Amino acid sequence: MSEGDGYPGLTDPATTVFSEAQLAEVRRLQSLYPDPRGALLPVLYMAQETFGWISLPLEEYVATLFGLSPAHVHEVVTFYTLYFREPPGRHVVSVCHNLSCHLAGAPGIIGHLRQRLGVDPGETTEDGRVTLLSVECLCACEAAPMMQVDDRYELNLTPTKVDRILEGLA
Amino acid sequence: MTGEMILTRNFARSDAHTLRAYLETGGYRAWAKAQAMEPTAILEEVKRSNLRGLGGAGFPTGTKWSFIPKSHAGPVYLVINADEGEPGTFKDRYLLERDPHALIEGMLIAARAIRSATAFVYVRGEYVEPWRRFSSAVQEAYAAQYLGHGFDIVVHRGAGAYICGEETGLISSLEGKKGWPKLKPPFPAIKGAFGAPTIVNNVETICHVPHIVNRGAAWFAALGTKTQGGTRMYSVSGRVARPGVYEAPVSITLRQLIYERAGGVTGNGRLKAVVPGGSSAAILTADEIDVTMDVDGLKNAGTMAGSAGVIVMDETVSIPEALMVVARFYAHESCGQCTPCRESTGWIYKITHRIVEGRGRKEDLDTILDVAKRGAGTTICAFYDGAVGPYISYIEKFRGEFEAMVLK
Repeated sequence: MSEGDGYPGLTDPATTVFSEAQLAEVRRLQSLYPDPRGALLPVLYMAQETFGWISLPLEEYVATLFGLSPAHVHEVVTFYTLYFREPPGRHVVSVCHNLSCHLAGAPGIIGHLRQRLGVDPGETTEDGRVTLLSVECLCACEAAPMMQVDDRYELNLTPTKVDRILEGLA
Repeated sequence: MTGEMILTRNFARSDAHTLRAYLETGGYRAWAKAQAMEPTAILEEVKRSNLRGLGGAGFPTGTKWSFIPKSHAGPVYLVINADEGEPGTFKDRYLLERDPHALIEGMLIAARAIRSATAFVYVRGEYVEPWRRFSSAVQEAYAAQYLGHGFDIVVHRGAGAYICGEETGLISSLEGKKGWPKLKPPFPAIKGAFGAPTIVNNVETICHVPHIVNRGAAWFAALGTKTQGGTRMYSVSGRVARPGVYEAPVSITLRQLIYERAGGVTGNGRLKAVVPGGSSAAILTADEIDVTMDVDGLKNAGTMAGSAGVIVMDETVSIPEALMVVARFYAHESCGQCTPCRESTGWIYKITHRIVEGRGRKEDLDTILDVAKRGAGTTICAFYDGAVGPYISYIEKFRGEFEAMVLK
């Protein structure tokens, strides 16, 4: 990925890209912590929700809101799995592949999704509809195999249920 | 053995997460009582209850609280570890979604005991619905004036990293950094979040506190064993007929939990092995399940109670394949700070992978054991020791099955 691509309107990282209301929210979040830096993770979530993913220029922009170096923000963004460093699909499907789900047939569910979507875990369908991920324990082992679709947990999966869920994704 | 439901008593109510339902079932009465108690009296009560940390380490909660320096004049923070992530564990998700006010009430009492005015609740990033439920409950508690009068709660979302469940990794993350654990000492109670004395407690641990205040330390202690009071919520999954959360006194045996609560092995199959306390706990064979599920009972059995995530395996399960899945997890989640952990978890996953693919070598098993044993105890946090538990126990207890794969 090259710098500057990904979201519209931002050419200079110093340009304000959050709205005034969002900047007020940044200040409110920062005020909740003894050190404003505590709000870095929540503000990165805001940035991702606003722009879809976190590019290098966006990291630089967020750094300016905290008086941090872009390197620090990059270090944080790359440490966690829930920040996207390239544009994800409109929906993110994360299948748990840890032990309890594995015992309940997660490999078959992942195989089924690969076949239905035509992508491997870590990839996005060509139409930009779905990013498929294979992830560690989501802590819903009582309903294995399971996956997360955007914000929702989808439990007790079967290939038929997976098909029905996929049909519901625009 | 069924016993009284304490933490899970309201789970059947569809509105259990609301303030109205919580108040109807006796909620916030313990807080009223605690407000008339001296902080040290609360602390002593919790000490006498033998409540132990239910997130993984099993440390006595009252003792942990007592480590806050008495002479400290500045802020003290209470941090709730809701970064549930230990494979096989899902109890805190139930508490956040179905009884969030129990956590808030427990926090009010704990904060009084340690003289804290601000708490942070660190919820794992993937737990969107539990985070919403808990945040709504916090708003209700503010509106009802339980919060905002000398005690505030900040709800903080993690962003996907198992290591942030380790208390000092959690603190780093809360401070806006990558979640690297910190060298101890200083312990968080002396120098924790934002440099201030901090107590990090698990969700379930704190949910017990209102009941201890309401019904007394002696009652709570009598529910358990000599060294651990109370009940706890066992997450049971894998090859059992009825996977789910089961609350039981900590003196329940693993056999009772599997056969009397979770309905036994799926399809009446034969039990092969059980992980008793989340994936970091050493595995037990089918003839090692007559053990009590308290912290010391499992420790004496050479494993650990950990987060009480029980993963059951029947005879259809390949132990080498299970170890590969577990090893992949530790390789992915190692934070990379300490060399023994970063390197060993990656290489051991590669070795288990080739064993499962039929490309294993005769010396692979001893290589894993050697690497695991050398690295144990050499790292900043307990993550690597948690990986070593399965590496060694799976191979030592099921060596024949591994050998059949590497020698064929």
